Amino acid sequence: MGSKILIADDEPNIVISLEYLMRREGYEVEVARDGDEALSMIQRDRPDLVLLDAMMPGKSGFEVCQAVRDDDRLAGTQILMLTAKGRETDVAKGKALGADAYIIKPFSTRELAEKVRSMLGNEP
Amino acid sequence: MLSAPLVIFTAFAYLVLLFAIAWYADQRAAAGRSIIASPWVYALSIAVYATAWTYFGSVGRAAVDGIWFLPIYLGPTLAMILGWVVVRKMIRIARTYRITSVADFIASRYGKSPLIAGLVTLITVVGIVPYIALQLKAISSGYAIMTTSPGESSLVEVSWWQDSTLYLALALAGFIMLFGTRHLDMTERHEGMVAAIAFESLIKLVAFLAVGLFVVYGLFNGIGDVYAQAMADAELAKLLRFDTGGHADYIFSQWFALILLAMLAFLFLPRQFQIMVVENVDERHLKRAVWVFPVYLLLINLFVLPIALAGLLFFGDNGANPDLFVLSLPLVTGQEALALFVFIGGLSAATGMVIVEAIAVSTMVCNDLVMPLLLRTRRFRGRQGGDLTRLLLMIRRLAIVILLLLGYLYFYLAGEAYALVSIGLISFAAVAQFAPAALGGMYWKGGTRAGVLAGLCAGFAFWIYTLMLPSIAKSGWMSTDFVDLGPFGLAWLKPEQFLGLSGLDNLTHSLFWSLFANIGAFVGVSLWTRPAAREASQALLFVDVYNRSHDHQPVFWQGRARIEDLKLLATRFLGPKRAEQLFEARPGPPGQGARPDRGYADARLVQRVETQLAGAIGSASARVMVASAVEEEDLGLEDVMRILDEASQLRVHSRALEDKSRSLEQATRELRAANEELKSLDRLKDDFMSSVTHELRTPLTSIRALTEMMLDDEDMPNEQRQEFLAIIVTETERLSRLVGQVLDMARIEAGHADWHSTELDLTEVVGQAVNSIRGRFEEKNARLEVHTERPSLPILADRDRLVQVMLNLLSNALKFIPEDGGRVDVQMTDSERGITVTVADNGPGIAPEEQPRIFEKFHQLDEGRQRGSGLGLPISRQIVEHFGGRMWVESTPGEGARFSFFLPRTSGASAPEPPSGRPARERNEHHG
Repeated sequence: MGSKILIADDEPNIVISLEYLMRREGYEVEVARDGDEALSMIQRDRPDLVLLDAMMPGKSGFEVCQAVRDDDRLAGTQILMLTAKGRETDVAKGKALGADAYIIKPFSTRELAEKVRSMLGNEP
Repeated sequence: MLSAPLVIFTAFAYLVLLFAIAWYADQRAAAGRSIIASPWVYALSIAVYATAWTYFGSVGRAAVDGIWFLPIYLGPTLAMILGWVVVRKMIRIARTYRITSVADFIASRYGKSPLIAGLVTLITVVGIVPYIALQLKAISSGYAIMTTSPGESSLVEVSWWQDSTLYLALALAGFIMLFGTRHLDMTERHEGMVAAIAFESLIKLVAFLAVGLFVVYGLFNGIGDVYAQAMADAELAKLLRFDTGGHADYIFSQWFALILLAMLAFLFLPRQFQIMVVENVDERHLKRAVWVFPVYLLLINLFVLPIALAGLLFFGDNGANPDLFVLSLPLVTGQEALALFVFIGGLSAATGMVIVEAIAVSTMVCNDLVMPLLLRTRRFRGRQGGDLTRLLLMIRRLAIVILLLLGYLYFYLAGEAYALVSIGLISFAAVAQFAPAALGGMYWKGGTRAGVLAGLCAGFAFWIYTLMLPSIAKSGWMSTDFVDLGPFGLAWLKPEQFLGLSGLDNLTHSLFWSLFANIGAFVGVSLWTRPAAREASQALLFVDVYNRSHDHQPVFWQGRARIEDLKLLATRFLGPKRAEQLFEARPGPPGQGARPDRGYADARLVQRVETQLAGAIGSASARVMVASAVEEEDLGLEDVMRILDEASQLRVHSRALEDKSRSLEQATRELRAANEELKSLDRLKDDFMSSVTHELRTPLTSIRALTEMMLDDEDMPNEQRQEFLAIIVTETERLSRLVGQVLDMARIEAGHADWHSTELDLTEVVGQAVNSIRGRFEEKNARLEVHTERPSLPILADRDRLVQVMLNLLSNALKFIPEDGGRVDVQMTDSERGITVTVADNGPGIAPEEQPRIFEKFHQLDEGRQRGSGLGLPISRQIVEHFGGRMWVESTPGEGARFSFFLPRTSGASAPEPPSGRPARERNEHHG
């Protein structure tokens, strides 16, 4: 059984590229378009990893991250934050709120794939 | 008639109530929540002016002389309305130098002279005794009429120890001692007393109005009825005329004299000075009193004439005492409860006066008569000796008892011969003698101690000779020969026609001669003598009291004073606690004459101690005590001038320093504000950079990810590859548009943008924008309609820029309208001043708190799935504002949004740049 990944981003074209990349890597992929949708899908579908955009309408990525970490039942959900802002304070904020990793847009697809693999234990 | 025990019990109950009020007020004052710190209480307490004289005597006078009771009230009314600045200056002076009585006030002004203080006190005591007798007489005859049945005579001769009036006087003395001299701490105000007096003012007013209403509406059919019946009677009709009572000969001079007399008495009667000046909590309360007090006088005089007329009509000629009409009218008609209430009202009028008068006079007697004598004895003058506060208190209590006994004595000896009003006027005339010295002292620096002594003596002598002695003579205690024939038969010395001056009534005559002699001697001797240094310095401090803030008051003292000695002195008269406080609060700015040696006080401290002592024992005695405790150097007139000069230089310096520190503070504030502004600009720039970074990185992310994947995956199906390439092209366009907009924005903000203003038709511009975007509306099945009132709307502006604005608004609207049934309306309205264009959509609308922010750079609404750069609206607004117009939004959430901009007709004027080529740029925002 492959790992399940949730992509949460409000930019359609970024979603398209991430979705393609993750499917190619062999994961099962779901998509959320804003923070609220992302949180409800995490609670419902229990993905193994969330690719979480920091700036989204509704709940921001930071808020979603915090909500997930506050919920003990979702302890197994790993979170990889994506941000286009890339100020050091943003990175620090994401880490402090309990994100497992942090990648700055624009990213290298190879690096991202590598990172996701390592987070999910080399097992697609 | 009422039973004596009932009347006595009620009267006592009333006094206990008064005491309770005073006690409560004292408690509140001690807790720091004063109930007398109100302009209403202040104004009411000033109404202590209205005594038994007003309450009973006015009716009596009106019954004899008609409207002649009025000048006594017109005087204070005028004094208050025209002379409040005088009162304010008195308050300020008394506050600044801790002056506690009218004797202290005058003595302090003329070099803190014990002699003057003593003289003023003596005149006061002699002058005020008849006035107190008047109050006793009112209460006692009121009591008599209450407790005797109409037929029975109340004039049974009794020996003095059986006379209830004596016991009344003693009871009042006891009560006043409880009231005014309970505290050891004598310099503080009598808050409880003031509260009780204000309450008494209310009671006497209500009671008098009650009896007035009863008489006019209960016994007669209204005021009109009373006057109609009075006019029908020839005798009574005379009372309603101005020239009544045989005064026709000298009517104007007597009105003038009475008004002037009442004015001066109002200012310098000891009780008025006590209440208005010493007990004043806040100078600003005076403003309220200026109109409340005259209104009070008006109200309490309203029914005087009607009651007098009613009484005369009612009793006819059967000899009822008009002074007591207010009691006899309700009594005879069986209204006993009302009569009792009116009696209490009269009691409150009388006790109010006696309480304040006795407290004020006892302070004067203690500080200005007894203290100076005590200070002559070795025991008190010496530096040893214990706490004297208890002794001072005993002296005051004794003074109260003696004063009331003197009042009783006068009542016993002379009281029966005179009506209430005549007794009062004698007192008024005595007090009026203080006016030249006090008023002159406040406004004329030239008055001297010798002048005041001469003036007071002359005025007082004339008062005794022309008013007091004749009144005693007329009471039958002296032969009236010297009044009728002149002393030793010398007709030109006749006390009521002095130097043959006839044609005046005896009061006006006395007032004329006494004030004439007083003012003449005061001014004459003052001009002739040279003031001593201390007089000159006090003159400066009094006349110029408003000119100096407390810190810059010059200190007219030089010498050498050990702090220990001063402390000892203060402890003796103020008690250990107050003395301790006095020395703890060490002085502020260093004054002149400061001595560096330890253990020695500087001039300012010496002066502070003296001022505090003045509050306790009067300024004259305080001066003597301080002089005896320290080594003083004599102050010459030159020293006074030098100190004054130093003080004014110090003032100039300190003012310059204050100015400088103010301007420094100002500069600091400006710098801080500038710094804040820079910081916030820096934050703005930071936010801007962060937003631009975000907006640039987002399309770059798609582009990089897609190209990398295409590069990695050679086997990617062609359709997939095509789709990705299309996305890359779109994102590239978005990037270049963004770069263009950022540059555009920067140019506009920096003022480097190119503007091509031409005469153009706005409908055409709108049409152009609408046509270029209509296709996208059709894709979404949305309606786009243009409404205009006129076919052509000429305006001077830049065509391309306006198209850019319109496209921005339209593509924004397109983004937010619903998928189904979307609708956008463009409305153009023309007015005198310019053209307004509105773009209205039926989208979700914008929350009120979001509305001002949507014109900020990079601000995007959360709901927007499709996103713009966040620069469209700010740029549009900048463009509209460039043409002198404005752009705004109105929206109710759920009902769509209306973006509007207004362009004025004269807009072209603000675009003076010469035409030049400019780089092509994306101007619309097709893509989200």
